[in-house]
Amino acid sequence: MADLRTNLAGITSPNPFWLASAPPTNSGYQVQRAFEAGWGGAVWKTLGDPILNVSSRYAAVNFNGQRVAGFNNIELITDRPLEVNLKEIYETKKRFPGHAVIASLMVEPKQEAWHEIVKKAEAAGVDGLELNFGCPHGMAERGMGSASGQVPELVEKQTTWAKEAAETPVIVKLTPNITDITATAEAAVRGGADAVSMINTINSLAGVDIDSWLPIPNVSGKGAHGGYCGPAVKPIALNMVSECARNSRINVPISGMGGVSNWQNAVEFMLMGASNVQICTAAMHHGFRIVDDLIEGLSNYLDERGILSIQDIIGKSVPTYSDWGNLDLNYNVVARINNDVCINCNKCHIACEDTSHQCIDMLNDGNGNPILRVREEDCVGCNLCSIVCPVDGAIDMIEVPQELPSMTWNERQSLLGSLKDCKITK
Amino acid sequence: MKIHLLFILTKGDTFMSTLESSLPDKFKANFKEVELPLSDQEASQEANRCLYCYDAPCITACPTGIDIPSFIKKIASGNMKGSATTIMSANPVGASCARVCPTEELCEGACVLNHSTKPILIGNLQRYATDWAMRNDQVLFKKGEPNGKKIAIVGGGPGGLSAARELALLGYEVTIYEAEKEAGGLDTFGIVSFRLPKKISLWEVDQVKKLGVTIKTSVKVGKDIGFDELLETNERVILAIGMANVPNLNIAGENLKGVHDAIDLVRSTKSPPMPTHMEGKRVIVIGAGNTAIDGATCSVRLGAENVKIVYRRTEKEMTAYDFEYEFAKQDGVEFRWLTQPIEIMGDTEGNVTGLKCVKMQLGGPSSDGRRKPEPVPDSDFIIECDAVVKAIGQKRHLELIEKLGLAHNDGVVMINKDSMQTSNSRVYACGDVIFGKGQGEAMVVSAAQQGKTAAYHVHESLKEMYSAQ
Repeated sequence: MADLRTNLAGITSPNPFWLASAPPTNSGYQVQRAFEAGWGGAVWKTLGDPILNVSSRYAAVNFNGQRVAGFNNIELITDRPLEVNLKEIYETKKRFPGHAVIASLMVEPKQEAWHEIVKKAEAAGVDGLELNFGCPHGMAERGMGSASGQVPELVEKQTTWAKEAAETPVIVKLTPNITDITATAEAAVRGGADAVSMINTINSLAGVDIDSWLPIPNVSGKGAHGGYCGPAVKPIALNMVSECARNSRINVPISGMGGVSNWQNAVEFMLMGASNVQICTAAMHHGFRIVDDLIEGLSNYLDERGILSIQDIIGKSVPTYSDWGNLDLNYNVVARINNDVCINCNKCHIACEDTSHQCIDMLNDGNGNPILRVREEDCVGCNLCSIVCPVDGAIDMIEVPQELPSMTWNERQSLLGSLKDCKITK
Repeated sequence: MKIHLLFILTKGDTFMSTLESSLPDKFKANFKEVELPLSDQEASQEANRCLYCYDAPCITACPTGIDIPSFIKKIASGNMKGSATTIMSANPVGASCARVCPTEELCEGACVLNHSTKPILIGNLQRYATDWAMRNDQVLFKKGEPNGKKIAIVGGGPGGLSAARELALLGYEVTIYEAEKEAGGLDTFGIVSFRLPKKISLWEVDQVKKLGVTIKTSVKVGKDIGFDELLETNERVILAIGMANVPNLNIAGENLKGVHDAIDLVRSTKSPPMPTHMEGKRVIVIGAGNTAIDGATCSVRLGAENVKIVYRRTEKEMTAYDFEYEFAKQDGVEFRWLTQPIEIMGDTEGNVTGLKCVKMQLGGPSSDGRRKPEPVPDSDFIIECDAVVKAIGQKRHLELIEKLGLAHNDGVVMINKDSMQTSNSRVYACGDVIFGKGQGEAMVVSAAQQGKTAAYHVHESLKEMYSAQ
């Protein structure tokens, strides 16, 4: 079995799977149950001045019968007294010394407030701290969470304040509710962050009840925006992790999260530069027991490839992620339909005909059997047909031998620029 | 809001339970629909599994061309009224067809998922959508602007109802003449309740009535009203009289007490009071088509002690659908292949006591391609029984057809297959009356399509005639 131990800025854990700071890590009882199930670490539900919550709090987005494609919440940080949380953190750490226990922290943007909470959390024996600059609802209206996380100067300043008092590694958790997350990630690094984690939840309204016309969820007839997470946000999170990973000024480890639902997602995040992953929605949907498959699936994946340690995949895909301007304009793929696998649902035809490049014909094979065929000369290689195809292996995207040498947009533009300088004389 | 919802539920429940409670208690449970409806969850999951194919083969495989991917998509989106409308607009007896169509030979057999996983339960989803419309008392269509032209339809079965519905939508004043006391034809009287409860067929009848179609029941054309009169008072007449009772076996003992016609037997279980004459009896059903299966399973459900089907050919030649055969076996019906009845035996009081049969063997191919059964010499034997059910096909309304002066082949009214027009240019025909001799199919869904086709051609012919004037 491959070595799954991970190290995020000095915080070690037996595997890369941490529970994110959220309802699953609300209490010692829950975190200890998670560790018993096999989770490598847990970021405690955010500590701060206890708040008051509302009822109801969650809503999910279902899609075509699939439950919890996305998940939305308007729950705030911990509603339990700080002392109770600290006592349970202490007990948990004592019982599970090998597991990572991180305290998530959120206080007013004041130096002394940060100093105080950092010291208290560390006294309880945590392995590290995660500064919550991300929650988009409720706390943001009071100047905390994403309200401060959206201002790079505030991120930098508060990180500095936390670092002034901290003896354990400081992770800064970033909000995705910002145009360019690398700006706040860089600010966190400037403030001395030992690591960054992303993403927190995205501003969201899960839905509107079309019978009552009320927002979902609603509290006595009124709703407010919540934070969106779950499988639907994975592509957004993965991009943000990747953008930070390939930014040389963000030279600290990344803890990745946002829609991680299985070990394959974890591999993706780690290939794109995450040192570990944090998970919440998948656990809320299915319980802590999912960690069994997370660990086993990841381990088998590494074993099958002869990779001895999970460390060996971290960031391996980052060099392949670039700007659009660096993509080869002369590279081509075309769709090819395998008629022996195709079941003739014609979804590729109608998708291409109505919404893409009109290059899949519905034909007859001569024996009276319907077949579909791609006019390769007209195919732009967009992938749409293979995306809508319901049968694995019915449509392959085939690389076309390249006739012209590779040329990116950036290369083309600089070439055109240099041509402009040439004086052509008649 | 809540009160409103409760009102709808209560209304729907009453509608269903009133009709169900019309069956007497004794065997009522045995005649409850066997196939359970899909739950909301099951329907949603199944609807979402549909690929929503483009130019889908299931549509082509449906004789009435229901836009199946669309009605399924509408179930998935919660547009139940739209779903039911999509079904019923293509097939005026779509609720019955959802239950009686041999779907594995039609839509489900054509589903592309046969080639990857398993086909969509199209029949069950169709039932789910039409059940919704029934339960919620929906009227799905509006009659067309009246054009002042009258059409008479003889027979209120699937073919006649389908033609009437289409003509009513086109604005015709339609009258259906129905010999039975209720319309619906085989759907109402000829298909066992545990496959197709009567209320389903009657809902379809009601849908047609709500378009302003007059249905005159218990009226026999040729007896209570003359065919000539219909031709005089209507622009066109559509003949949809179906078929008649089971023919005679032409063996001794046919008139003994305890000899029944399978179609009459089924009919007796569709309206109260439920018959008790099969209780504790040893029953032999002669024939191996779908009606024979119905006769046998009805007998089981009416409390027969033992039910056997005798057939002169083998399992391979039987015409019953595979799922019907399976169903009969599960009901405990026994099959005696290569067995030809030669005499029904009786006691001095005229009661059936047994069936004398002869063993058969299959010889060379006959004109229809099937191997010809031949008696094995000296192989007579008697099966003791108390009742015999005849199910060897159906007779034609030969007398009436002759009286109408329509060209026919052994009682099969001959038509132009494109227009459904008979030898009388003002008379069209559809349904079982044209089935046979290379014409049509004996399915409810085929009759529905033929009814539509007849209606369109009636309309075309009248359009031409009136524009010419």
